[in-house]
Amino acid sequence: MDFSLTDEQQLIVKTTREFVENELYPHEKEVEDSGVLRPQLLASIRAKAMAAGLYAANMPTEVGGGGLDTVTWVLYEKELGRANYALHYCGVGRPSNILMACKGEQRERYLLPAVRGERTDCLALSEPGAGSDLRSMKTSAVRAGDDFVINGTKHFISHADHADFVILLAATSTDTSGKTPRKIMTAFLIDMGHPGFQVLPGYRNVSHRGYNNCILQFNDCRVPASAVLGEVGQGFEVANTWLGATRLQVAACCLGRADRALELAKRWAVDRVQFGQSIGKFQGIGFKLADMAVELRAAELLVLEAAWKKDQGTATDSDMAIAKLKATETLAMIADEALQIHGGMGLMSDLPLERIWRDARIERIWDGTSEIQRHIISRALLRPLGG
Amino acid sequence: MKTILVGVKRVPDYNVRMRLKPDGGLATEGVKLSLNPFDEIALEEALRLKEKGLADEVVAVTIAPADALAQLRTALAMGATRAIHIVHTGPVEPLDVARLLLAVIQREPPLLVLLGKQAVDEDQGQTGQMLAALWNRPQATYASSIAIDGEVAHVNREVDAGTEQLDVDLPAVFTTDLRLNTPRYIKLPDIMKAKQKPLQSLTPAELGVNLRQRLKTVAYEAPPARAKGRMVADAAELVSQLRQRGVIK
Ligand SMILES: Cc1cc2nc3c(=O)[nH]c(=O)nc-3n(C[C@H](O)[C@H](O)[C@H](O)COP(=O)(O)OP(=O)(O)OC[C@H]3O[C@@H](n4cnc5c(N)ncnc54)[C@H](O)[C@@H]3O)c2cc1C
Repeated sequence: MDFSLTDEQQLIVKTTREFVENELYPHEKEVEDSGVLRPQLLASIRAKAMAAGLYAANMPTEVGGGGLDTVTWVLYEKELGRANYALHYCGVGRPSNILMACKGEQRERYLLPAVRGERTDCLALSEPGAGSDLRSMKTSAVRAGDDFVINGTKHFISHADHADFVILLAATSTDTSGKTPRKIMTAFLIDMGHPGFQVLPGYRNVSHRGYNNCILQFNDCRVPASAVLGEVGQGFEVANTWLGATRLQVAACCLGRADRALELAKRWAVDRVQFGQSIGKFQGIGFKLADMAVELRAAELLVLEAAWKKDQGTATDSDMAIAKLKATETLAMIADEALQIHGGMGLMSDLPLERIWRDARIERIWDGTSEIQRHIISRALLRPLGG
Repeated sequence: MKTILVGVKRVPDYNVRMRLKPDGGLATEGVKLSLNPFDEIALEEALRLKEKGLADEVVAVTIAPADALAQLRTALAMGATRAIHIVHTGPVEPLDVARLLLAVIQREPPLLVLLGKQAVDEDQGQTGQMLAALWNRPQATYASSIAIDGEVAHVNREVDAGTEQLDVDLPAVFTTDLRLNTPRYIKLPDIMKAKQKPLQSLTPAELGVNLRQRLKTVAYEAPPARAKGRMVADAAELVSQLRQRGVIK
C-alpha cells in the first residue's frame, strides 16, 4: 500500500495552497468584518483562479474542467477549505457536477458556461418542512401541456444571491405503494429572473460570513419540458449519482480548516508563556495537541480512502458517510481545543480561530446531518444481517 | 534556436528550520525539499523573456541525486520547455557546478544563462561568477531587472550604493535577486502536462567532467539564540532605549 503523493499531487497542493495564502487570506478580514463578498472582489478572485487553472478543477477535461481524479480533487479541496468559505467557494468555483447530466442545448446554456466561470449554479433541495427527509418535499411541478408549473418554497439555499440559475428538485408525483407516501422528484434548471421565480434574502447565521443562504419562491412558475435535468421522475437518482461527492468536498474542506487550527494552536503553545514556560510544555496542553494531531490524521486517511475507492468505483454510500462524519466531527473537536489552548484570545475576532470555530458548526448539519450519516452507516452494518 | 538555460537546485525548503544532529551533522532526514527560491525567480524571468518572443525555449538544468525528479517537474510545470538532469549523489562544489554547466553550454550554446544569485542551503553565491569566467563571457549578478535589445541586455543590479546599470553583450550569465519578479502560480493543467515534457538524464562522466572535492566542511554550528526581547510602551521609550544602549546617537 503506497500512501505517498505523486509529484503532480504535491505540486497541485503547493499551487493551491499558495493561491489560498496569497489571494484569499488577505481578504478574509474584510469579508468577516463586513459579512459581504463585494462583487468586484469576487470578480477579481475568479479571474485569478481561472488564470491559475484552479477554477472548475473538479469538472472533467472534456467539458473544459481540470479533470482531477477524486483523490487529487480532495487534496485540492483541503487546501481551499483553509480559507473563508465565501472567498474560496464563490471565488474558486467548483460547479455542481450534477450539471454533467445536462443534455443537448443544456450543455451550451448551463454546463459549459459554468465551467468557464461565466454562470454559476445553486442547488435547491431543502424546504422549511423537508430537511433530512427530502422525500416529504412540498414543492411541486405539475404537467401543463408541454410545460411544468412549479409552486413551493425552498430555504437555506446557499449563494443563490450570487447565482445565475438554480438546479431545483421538485415533486412531480407521489408513490403510494409503500407504508408512507413518497414524493417522486424531478430535477429542473431554471434561470434567475424567470417569471414566477423569486430569490429572497435568507436567515442570518453563525457560520461562513459573506456566504449567504436564501429563500426561493416559486409561484405558478411555468418552465418548458426542456428545463428538466435528466429524466422526469429521476430527480432523486440524478442527485444521488452526482451529489455523493459533495460529502467528500465538505469533508476535505474541514480537514484543511482543522489543519489551519492545529497550526495556530501549535504556534500559540510554543509562544505563549505562563508560569515561566511555554504552555505547550504543560502536559495538559501538549497532550491536547497530540490528540488533535491523531484525530486529524485519522480523519484524513478516511477521507482519502473514500476518495480512492471512488476512483476505483468501489465507494459505498457508507464510505462517504464515514468520511463526512469523521472529518466534520474532527474539525469541531480541533477547533474547540485550539480555541481552548488560546485561552481568551481564541475568542477574539482578531485571530482566524474564532471564525474557524464558528464555521465548524455548520459542517455537521449540511449535506446530511451527523445523525443521518450515522443512520446510513448503521443501516449498512445491519441490513446484511436482516436487521 | 534561441535557448535560455536556467539552473535549478533542490534545497531544503526556506521555511524549514534546520537542526543539528547530536554528532554535529545536519539533520536532513524528512526535511521538506523545494526549488531554490532564487532559481524560481530565474526561471520566471526566462519564461517571461520567452513569452515576449525573445527566446524559443527555456531549458532547466539541475545537478542532483536520481530522486530529484519532483523539483525538475516543478520547473517543467512552471513552463520550462525541457529539462536536463545531471545525476549525481553527494555534494557538488560551486566550481564543479560551473564546470558542469559549462559542459552543457558547450553542447548547445544558449542565448543566456540565468541562475539564482545563491542557493539558500549554503548561500555560497559563487556559481554564476565562476561560470562566466570559465565561459569567458560577461556576467551581471544580483539582477533586479533585465531587458534584452538585440545582442545586448540592459541589466539593473542591486548594489550597496543603489542600482547599477549595465549593458551586457550576449551571450552572458545573469544571477537573479529577490526583486526581479514574483514567480507565477503553477497552473493546474500545466502540472498535468509536465509529465509529457522531455527530460534528459546525464552523468558528469558523460559530460566529460571529473568532480573533485576541494572544500572540506569542518563543523556546523547553530546560530546563537536570540536574547529575549522587551516590550516598550511607545516610540519615545524605544528611541530613548536605543540611545541609552548607544545604538543611535
Ligand atoms: C447555512 C446553510 C446552508 C445550506 N445550503 C443548502 C443548499 O444550498 N441547498 C439545499 O438544498 N440545502 C441547504 N442547506 C440545508 C441542509 O442541507 C439541511 O439543513 C440539512 O439537510 C438538515 O435539514 P434540517 O435543517 O431541516 O434539519 P432536520 O432534518 O429538521 O433535522 C433536525 C434534527 O433531527 C435529526 N434527524 C432528522 N431525521 C433523523 C433521523 N432519521 N434519525 C435521527 N435523527 C434525525 C437531524 O439530525 C437534526 O439533528 C443548508 C443549510 C444551512 C444551515
